[in-house]
Amino acid sequence: MDTDLSSQDRKDLDKFIKFFALKTVQVIVQARLGEKICTRSSSSPTGSDWFNLAIKDIPEVTHEAKKALAGQLPAVGRSMCVEISLKTSEGDSMELEIWCLEMNEKCDKEIKVSYTVYNRLSLLLKSLLAITRVTPAYRLSRKQGHEYVILYRIYFGEVQLSGLGEGFQTVRVGTVGTPVGTITLSCAYRINLAFMSTRQFERTPPIMGIIIDHFVDRPYPSSSPMHPCNYRAGEDNGAVYPSVEDSQEVCTTSFSTSPPSQCVFTVTKAHFQTPPPVVTDTLKVPVMGLAFSHQPAALGVGSADMGYPVLFAGGLHAAHPHQLIGPGKEGGVPPIPSQPAHGTQADQERMCTPLDGVHYSAATPSSSEDTETVSNSSEGKCGSPHDLLETIFVRKVGAFVNKPINQVTMANLDIPFAMFAPKNVELEDNDPMVNPPDSPETESPLQGSLHSEGSSGSSTGNTHDDFVMIDFKPAFSKDDILPMDLGTFYREFQNPPQLSSLSIDIGAQSMAEDLDSLPEKLAVHEKNVKEFDAFVETLQ
Amino acid sequence: MVGPGRTRCCGPPGAAPAMNCRAEVLEVSVEGRQVEEAMLAVLHTVLLHRSTGKFHYKKEGTYSIGTVGTQDVDCDFIDFAYVRVSSEELDRALRKAVGEFKDALRGSGSDGMGQISLEFYQKKKSRWPFSDECIPWELWTIKVNVVNLANEQERQICREKVGEKLCEKIINIVEVMNRHEYLPKMPTQSEVDNVFDTSLKDVQPYLYKISYQITDSLGTSVTTTMRRLIKDTLAL
Repeated sequence: MDTDLSSQDRKDLDKFIKFFALKTVQVIVQARLGEKICTRSSSSPTGSDWFNLAIKDIPEVTHEAKKALAGQLPAVGRSMCVEISLKTSEGDSMELEIWCLEMNEKCDKEIKVSYTVYNRLSLLLKSLLAITRVTPAYRLSRKQGHEYVILYRIYFGEVQLSGLGEGFQTVRVGTVGTPVGTITLSCAYRINLAFMSTRQFERTPPIMGIIIDHFVDRPYPSSSPMHPCNYRAGEDNGAVYPSVEDSQEVCTTSFSTSPPSQCVFTVTKAHFQTPPPVVTDTLKVPVMGLAFSHQPAALGVGSADMGYPVLFAGGLHAAHPHQLIGPGKEGGVPPIPSQPAHGTQADQERMCTPLDGVHYSAATPSSSEDTETVSNSSEGKCGSPHDLLETIFVRKVGAFVNKPINQVTMANLDIPFAMFAPKNVELEDNDPMVNPPDSPETESPLQGSLHSEGSSGSSTGNTHDDFVMIDFKPAFSKDDILPMDLGTFYREFQNPPQLSSLSIDIGAQSMAEDLDSLPEKLAVHEKNVKEFDAFVETLQ
Repeated sequence: MVGPGRTRCCGPPGAAPAMNCRAEVLEVSVEGRQVEEAMLAVLHTVLLHRSTGKFHYKKEGTYSIGTVGTQDVDCDFIDFAYVRVSSEELDRALRKAVGEFKDALRGSGSDGMGQISLEFYQKKKSRWPFSDECIPWELWTIKVNVVNLANEQERQICREKVGEKLCEKIINIVEVMNRHEYLPKMPTQSEVDNVFDTSLKDVQPYLYKISYQITDSLGTSVTTTMRRLIKDTLAL
């Protein structure tokens, strides 16, 4: 019993080693995606964070790693290796690093598995996090996109360092002794490219050619998660570069690094031809692209418009592509360019309703944080953009007003965008959303144009007809506990009053006052000249 | 958190570490505006390895550990990036200390040389009238030499060079951590505040203190300590 491992300990140890290997791969690949990684600390243990570290699991990577391991664990002579290579848009590729997780025979029988080994493995993962930012490939991976991408390959077996060229360097991340052997984690990296790469790739102009399409709209296509890893363990390196369509497909369903624009094109184009009647179908598409379960509920409840989902993106990652892009300049209202922060799009949404009350063009922001293309036609012209989108929306405008809960729950169906199914509409006059206070000039030109469009666009002059109140139930907020929820917050702060200093009358007055008070102020400042001088000196 | 209000930290600031204390020294030469980022990079890397999740003690003497998140930080004045623990409180505390160090380095009487120390210690309760002892078990010292550069080209080179140097430092730190030398035993619930800093809400580093010294132009070192340390020392 002293020297032999108990079966429970053995099982635990095997489990630790297996998950350690999987987490190691995740850390390495994520460090080469070209993005900054950020995970949150949590004081209450969730039970699913191995080694007490918040390391996200990218499913494709786990899949590849499991495939490579094929149920085995690193052992003597059988190491798990992650190869990081660079592939240019011309098709040249070069190995940059090989990360090896090895096991040797040196056993430490005395060590406690469930406690010491576990904690040391955790420490080793932290060291890995630190070291992955320090090798030359990190900086290369942060700059990937236009001329090259970083790819990974996982294999199991003998370590192959020959592809690293001459003079490669090795850095040891760490070792952990266990009763069955010592786990060693190290990295061998090429050095002769490191000096050239950042300068070489920066100086060459963007490479023209068909492959540029791979990269143009995707600043961080990342390593192979974006390109389904076509390498097989143990086979030769003649892997086929994945086609553009494949990777775009992956983009749309993948969380991590797909920038919105590209994904939106993919998603929406596929569905522009969908026949109109099936509202839920056409609208369901963007939800798939979002891959977030919260979306349907939020949208189903209160969103009057396709565009509003962006509001709920307050909780969503920027990378999630969003819905349809509106038809553009038709109808007289130009598409609204990008807005900075998600969550503020409420201001810019603008419902436009044709007088027949049934069809109108989709006004949708395209991606979460960056771009929002809202295209609305003014009242009388809603017909034309239709041809492009062929979707049916019930007009629901000004969707930020409280509605009785019973009406809301009905909308909480499984179908996303259930609110778009024809329903009873009601009007409300007093809602600030409908009648925004007079403040458009000082707000973003966007909102200004929206409001002005709204007032001028409604040919009847009565905006009330066009606005229908829907309860706005933003995602990730509960309104049953606190009186003030996100929706209420939105409504209350939707239209802030104009800054007093920006109104002309007051401005003129204060100008005169300012001028009058200048001599006094100057006198005061002169008295304090010494202080100012001392302050200036400290700055030097 | 600090016990029955009578505990205070031991000894004069800057006292020599105990004999069993592991001491590591790192040296960097940086430009003035790089001081902050370089120090933060090193301190955060050390604290990444010396922090755990929050302990939650349960009955029967067992405990569960919270989760530590991490995030990447890019430096503005150095071609370098590092990983730190996702804890705003910890980041603030380090920034405060490094900020004071940087100001002291810039102050008059300094020729740009100084060192900042990160010490991990354990508290050992003593009986009254003796105050609690602080026993350091690991001491990291970063010696800094501030250089002045004449033109933009030199600054650009300095950016890259310091970045490479910091990479080496990180590798050094990881090497030390990997030796798996002495670490305080995992404490029971009553002892946890003698080993860990439990004041943060999301992570739990080992008890640490940061102090610094500036070498003035005469070559003598003037000991200056962080206000927090002084507060601790004087607190009754």
